[in-house]
Amino acid sequence: MAIKVTAPLSREEARKLRSGDSCLISGVIYTARDAAHKRLCELVAQGKELPLDIKDAVIYFVGPTPAKEGQAIGSAGPTTSYRMDAYSPTLIAQGQTGMIGKGKRGPEVVAAMKEHGAVYFGAIGGCGALLSKCIKKAEVIAYEDLGAEAIRRLEVEDFPAVVIIDSQGNNLYETGRTAYLESLQ
Amino acid sequence: MMREIDAARITEVVARLCVEANCHLPQDMRDCIRHSCESEPWAPGREILERIMENYHIADERNQPICQDTGVACVFLEVGQDVHVNGSIEDAVNEGVRRGYAEGYLRKSVVGDPLNRVNTGDNTPAMIYYDLVPGDQLKITVAPKGFGSENMSQIKMLKPSDGLQGVKDFIVKVVEEAGPNPCPPIVVGVGIGGTFDKAAYMAKKALMRSVDQRSEDPFYADLEREMLDKINTLGIGPQGFGGRTTALAVNIEHGPTHIAGLPVAVNINCHVTRHKTEVL
Repeated sequence: MAIKVTAPLSREEARKLRSGDSCLISGVIYTARDAAHKRLCELVAQGKELPLDIKDAVIYFVGPTPAKEGQAIGSAGPTTSYRMDAYSPTLIAQGQTGMIGKGKRGPEVVAAMKEHGAVYFGAIGGCGALLSKCIKKAEVIAYEDLGAEAIRRLEVEDFPAVVIIDSQGNNLYETGRTAYLESLQ
Repeated sequence: MMREIDAARITEVVARLCVEANCHLPQDMRDCIRHSCESEPWAPGREILERIMENYHIADERNQPICQDTGVACVFLEVGQDVHVNGSIEDAVNEGVRRGYAEGYLRKSVVGDPLNRVNTGDNTPAMIYYDLVPGDQLKITVAPKGFGSENMSQIKMLKPSDGLQGVKDFIVKVVEEAGPNPCPPIVVGVGIGGTFDKAAYMAKKALMRSVDQRSEDPFYADLEREMLDKINTLGIGPQGFGGRTTALAVNIEHGPTHIAGLPVAVNINCHVTRHKTEVL
């Protein structure tokens, strides 16, 4: 049974989620990938205001395809998350509580998640057409010059994601694989 | 007698192939994913494979990209030596990419300089590979390549003494290190032999072959089967959540090399392995 998750996501709610939980996320999330993360962290370093409310924010690592007429957004599946490892700890320290992506994360990110109470969700990579149906509204709010990499505010409804790493550092990539291999014995 | 082909025709075909390749998964991939789903013993893995099938059906219906990473356009041209193209082939291909990516609502994912990193805005230039072949035809293959999987690729200059076992160990190591990152189930392209660059080119070329077609060389066909079986005992599974289906196919190309060398390149592709061909 999937757990309903509301975004923005409070630290308390983020801490309740456990690795392996199937979730349906509804509410407001933001898109950002490599170039936008770099700019956000530069603003933090300069002590300047960010173009989004980072407190309790869930950031989706995605660069969508352009929307056709009548669509909120084009295909919009997750990009590989480790490229954001250099930036995520800074944003988590600023109040970010959720990340949606795919693939492994570095120890520095997991340490920040444990310290501040944040969660890493996985969405199915390569399923951009399917996932776009859960995105009801999309609006560019910063860095329009970056094209697909601009920051967008998304309104999502029942967006399917699985908790890969929880705020205690449990990791589905390790436990899922081990459980499968043990089931063969 | 030279056969004349108008450059505008190349543009038109490339534009169409960019859109078709990105929105409609080839039949061999569909069949392979369906068979893998039927034989996947791990329920979470099966569930993901079902979602993957649902996704490419939605992409079909809506004529929408299967994946948001509509890739850098890799364009393979087999140019018959009796063909003469009126105009610049390179310009014609890039104009086709420009049009296809605009008209097909595809993502523009190319930066003009690897360090200054400004998006070119139209997904050009394409990565163009030319092969000069006998005859008077022009064969065009468009293969959009996503970088989630490209980034997980590796090359190694093995010693001849490392031999077959060294090659096998390297292939498995690359897949193991990639883990969940390249969107498994993956397709593994391998190039063995040649030079440093030729090995990588063969690995990329290997990804153009259907996943249900084994190497024509029985030795390498056996090696492809053995490597697929081995990779599918790793337990990484669909999306890395565990399961048997880590790879859908291992395609190996090989070629002559130097007495001192044994280059091996492993080019990883995701479950959205796309390519579309047309012959002019």
